[in-house]
This record gives sequence, C-alpha cells and structure tokens, in this order.
Amino acid sequence: MTQDNKVAALDAEGLTLKSVSLWQVTWRRLFRRRSAMVGLGILGALILIAFAAPLLAPYDPIRSMLDVDGYPREFAKRRAAPCIHIMGDCPDEQPQHIMGLDGNVRDAFSRLLYGTRISLFIGFSTVTFAIVIGTVLGAVSGYFGGWLDNVIMRFMDVLLAFPSLLLAIAIVTVLGPGLTNALLAIGIVSIPSYARVVRSSVLSVREMDYVSATRALGGSNFDILFRRILPNALTPLIVQGTLGIASAILDAAALSFLGLGAQPPLPEWGKMLADERNQVFTAPHLVFYPGFAIMLTVLAFNLLGDGLRDALDPRLAHNT
Amino acid sequence: MMLQYILRRVLTSIPVIFGILLVTFMLARVIPGDPCRAILGEKATEEVCSRFIREKGLDQPLMKQFGIYLGEIGRGEFGQSYRLSLPISRLLAERLPTTVELSVSALMVSLLVGIPLGIISAVKHNSWVDVLTMIWANTGVSMPVFWLGLMLAYVFSLLLKDTPFWLPPSGRVSPGIPDDPFYEVWGMTLTDGTFLFGLLGFISRMNVINALLSANWELLKDSIEHLILPSLALGTIPMALIARMARSSMLDVLGQDYIRTARAKGLSFNAVIFKHAFRNSLLPLVTVIGLSLGSLLGGAVLTETIFGLSGVGRTLFEAITARDYGIVQAFTVVIAVFFVALNLLVDISYAYLDPRIRLN
Repeated sequence: MTQDNKVAALDAEGLTLKSVSLWQVTWRRLFRRRSAMVGLGILGALILIAFAAPLLAPYDPIRSMLDVDGYPREFAKRRAAPCIHIMGDCPDEQPQHIMGLDGNVRDAFSRLLYGTRISLFIGFSTVTFAIVIGTVLGAVSGYFGGWLDNVIMRFMDVLLAFPSLLLAIAIVTVLGPGLTNALLAIGIVSIPSYARVVRSSVLSVREMDYVSATRALGGSNFDILFRRILPNALTPLIVQGTLGIASAILDAAALSFLGLGAQPPLPEWGKMLADERNQVFTAPHLVFYPGFAIMLTVLAFNLLGDGLRDALDPRLAHNT
Repeated sequence: MMLQYILRRVLTSIPVIFGILLVTFMLARVIPGDPCRAILGEKATEEVCSRFIREKGLDQPLMKQFGIYLGEIGRGEFGQSYRLSLPISRLLAERLPTTVELSVSALMVSLLVGIPLGIISAVKHNSWVDVLTMIWANTGVSMPVFWLGLMLAYVFSLLLKDTPFWLPPSGRVSPGIPDDPFYEVWGMTLTDGTFLFGLLGFISRMNVINALLSANWELLKDSIEHLILPSLALGTIPMALIARMARSSMLDVLGQDYIRTARAKGLSFNAVIFKHAFRNSLLPLVTVIGLSLGSLLGGAVLTETIFGLSGVGRTLFEAITARDYGIVQAFTVVIAVFFVALNLLVDISYAYLDPRIRLN
C-alpha cells in the first residue's frame, strides 16, 4: 500500500485528524464569544450602510431642502424635529425625516448614513498608516538593536509622553485644520504603540534557531526580517490594530468636534455634532444621533478587538 | 533599594522631558509663515517685527535658540500672550487649578464607582450584575466625551428642571455666591508676586478646597453641584477601564490556591475578599489608572469646552483657534511634563506595591 492509500484507508475509518490552521481555530473561538459576534454584527451592518449609503439615504447629504425641487417650502425649516409618519407625530403631507433637519435644512438621517463612510475610512486609513510606519520602525529597532534602537525607541517614548489627543491637536495646529491633516496627526500619534508591539515580537524570536538557520542558508537581512520574523508579529498587530481603529475614530471625532478635522459640508459625525452643540437644549436629536453613531462604531471595534485578543491568545488554546 | 529605584526612574524620565521640550520647540519653529506675525498677529508692522525677532533671538542659530528656550522654561518664563496681554505664567496659574480640580474629581468618581463595580462583578461572576457591568464598561469606553457631556447637560439641566436632581449646565459657580479666597477670610494680607501669594492663590482657585478652608458652605454646595456633570463626563471612560481591569484582576486572584486555602481555613467571605483578594488585585489597577491619566488630560480639553470651564484645556484650545502660539507652546509643555510626572508617580507606587519590580 502506498502512503496515500494508507491515509485514505485511515480516513475512511475516521482515524485521521484534519489539520486546522491558526485562522480556522481563531475563527471558531471568535465565533463562540457572544460579545465579539455582536461587534462583528454591528461592523458588518456599518460596512453595508457605508457601501449602500446612496441607496439607503432618502436625500442628498449636502443639499439643503430649500434647494430640493418640489419640496414643500412650509416644512423646510431649520432644525425641524424628526417626522416619522407611522409614529403619527406630524401631518401626512409633511415629508418624512426620521432624524429631523439640521441647521442648514439638510436631512440629518442621510448625513448620518454617509457619515459611516467617513468614519470607517478614518479608522482604516489612520491605522494602516500607523501600522506600516510603526512596523518598519519597530522591526528595524528590534532587529538591528544598538544605537538605532535607542534613538527610535526614545523618540517613541517622547511621543507617548503626550496625551494622544493633545499631541494630535498640536500636530494639526502645525499642519493646519482639515480632515487629511487630522488623519495624518492621528496616524502619527498612534505609531508608537505599533512600533512597540512589533519590536517586542522581533526581540522574542530574533535569536531563535530557525532564524539562525535562514541566515546560515544565506538569507538576506530583508528576507529574515520580513519573511521569517515579522509574521510572528501579525497576531498582536491585528488585535492592536482593531482596538486602534476604535480610538482613532474617537480621536478624529474629537478633532472634528473642536473644528480641527473635517470641514463643512462633509457629513462627518463629530463635525455634525459640533455644529449643533449649542442647540442641544432646543434640538437634542441633532446632537444625540451623531454621537450615538460614533459610540456604536467604536463599540463594534472594541468588542471585536477584545474578542480577537482572547481568540488569538495561545494560552487559551485548550478551549478550542 | 526603593530610593535607588526612584532615582533611576527619575533619571530615565529626563531624556523624555528633554524630548518634549525639543518637540514643542520645533513645533513653534515649523509653523508655516513668519513667527513674528504668528505670535504678534497679522497687523504687526515691519519695525515691531524686527525688534521682536531681535529680542526673542529668532535671528540666532537654531541650537542657540534652543538654549535660550531651555533657559526661559527653566526660569518659568513663558513669555507674554499678546492676544490677551497677560504673562503666560500668570494665565497658567489662574487656569491650572480648574483643570486639577476637574481631573481629580473625575478620577475620584471613576475609582469610587469603577472599583466596587469591578469587584462585585468578579465576585458574582456571570450573574446579571456582571453582565450589566460589562455592557456598561464596554459602552463607557466607546463614548465620545463631548457627546456624553452634552447629553448629561441635556438630561440634568433641562429634563430634570424643577426637580431636586437639577444640575447647572455650565460654569464653576453661580453668580452672586461669595467666593473670596480663604486667606482673605482668615485675615491674611499678602503682597502680589511673592511665592506664598502664588501658592495660596493657586489653592484658593480650587473652589471646593477654598470653600472648605474658608468654611463657606454655600460655595461648597454650589461648586460641587457645578462639578458633578463635568466629572461624570470626564470620569466615564476611566471608570469603565477601571471596572474592567478590577474585574479581570480580581477574577485572576480569586482563582488562586491561597484564596481556596483562606476559605478552607474558615475565614469569613468578607475577610477573604477584602484582605486576601482585593489587595493582591490592586496592582494591575495602578497601571490602568496611569493609562487613564492621558485620557483625563486629553478629555479635559473637550469637557472644559462643553461645560464652559476656563481651565488649561479650554484655554489651550482657544489659543489654537486664535493662533496664539505662545500659549500653545507653554501649555503643551506644562501638560506633557505634568503627564510624565504623574506617570512617574504611578511607576513608583507600582514598585512600592510590588517588590519584584524594584529588584529587577
């Protein structure tokens, strides 16, 4: 009997174990955590909304109702309260606005839906930026060591010495307000945590036998670092990155709230909230919904990140 | 041993502080446009500008400028805010007490609520209390501070109007409440500019302490009322972090053998929880408190803006929008150094609680 036939025979008797990859194990463990599933569910819905915003939104997010053809003028009022027909709180001839109109007579609901795109974009772009730079810095620092390591890591310490929001504010002051600069600032501020994660995983495997083996086989530094060492940093990076998206979205919203991030007429949630903050007593709906949307998005990434951390933790392996 | 650890730790924060000074120095130098008009305003004439540049040493080489800058900071001279025509150090002395009072009370709120919540949910693991606490903790860390602040103001100042739960939406004291500094109430006369004047003045600007020291109960009640909403807004994220950490570290400890031994010895439930378990679960909590400080100081900008408190954060923000770089630079330095000092304190208390750290 050849090897293959033997395996096939054992298979038929149900005696072989299917090999399971790390990702399958992780997925399975993640699936068992209710909070992570809630996070994944919310996130899935948000991504769907982001893609389908033009289909779901009843109005143009940056167009005033006063400019919409055929819109009854008597109802196009600034900061009109929500009008939902099935709730019976407004006359049938009034156009439906489930989150009301904002200070520029735009449909708040449509703006909220489009805002999903901006928030998700903020989260993913800043974290990608920070991961790429942080990984290079951390990898170089950990792999080569010496004075280079000292210089890079001391600089990271200095960045960490500032409260992150304040440092981001300071950077935006220099670069000038605007969404792109705010994203850059938040990206820069979050570099140190990724650099640290990568550096520590590089340090933990740098002296291992398989690394020496690659070197003995003539592998270049680049080869060793990127093919052999860095894959070890992948799991902590995924966890850190997921949680990092959450704080990036919060910080970006805070910058926009302070007027340093997204500029009008962009339907960014932090900015929407900031524009109406003085009207919180008269038009609370215009403050409540954008903030709630921020919270929900941040919550989704936090739950997913926590779940991933537990699922990827090898110490919990016996639970699979 | 402890002293040696403290000394080493203080020495290692010196390069960080040096780095902070370097970063803030560069910050003011890389601002686009000419520094004179950035600081003095767009309308500054050529003549005024050239004098300003000579006085400030801005025509000197960068290294020398940095030296001058270090000397100024070392002497506590932060220069002048031309917009407000006030020395910046004075502005700092006026605004810092508000922020200190706010951050301390927010931290108190988060500890006094977070720790018990964490302990209860660990002891009653998987009960409804635990589930609710965890839901609360997860949503708490996800809330934007500014949103929470506005919503709290809406609920407590508008919806609960004419009920005993009404709280003021902004400010530090209601108009008409006497808030004389305690040293004047005591009959002390101090001369402006002395160290004692500065120190007592600083303390007297923390309203709650001032009210206690001058036995001014009306002011005490009023300033506490004004402090509740901002502290809740600012304290919620740390509170959630602390509750989560308290729970998980308590759960870790409760699973240890010595807890089982203590129970087997017949010790009461409370003795086991508070004497054996809680003390040992404190350590990770100290770390989280250290981590919360950053969000406290950053959140102070947002909270002060919403509740109209003229503290360091709001002043910094206003200076940024008005392009008053002198204030931006000075306040950033002070906040960052403050932050480093607090983290140092956290590390030292960590070493005090856990001998293994200082021995390594």
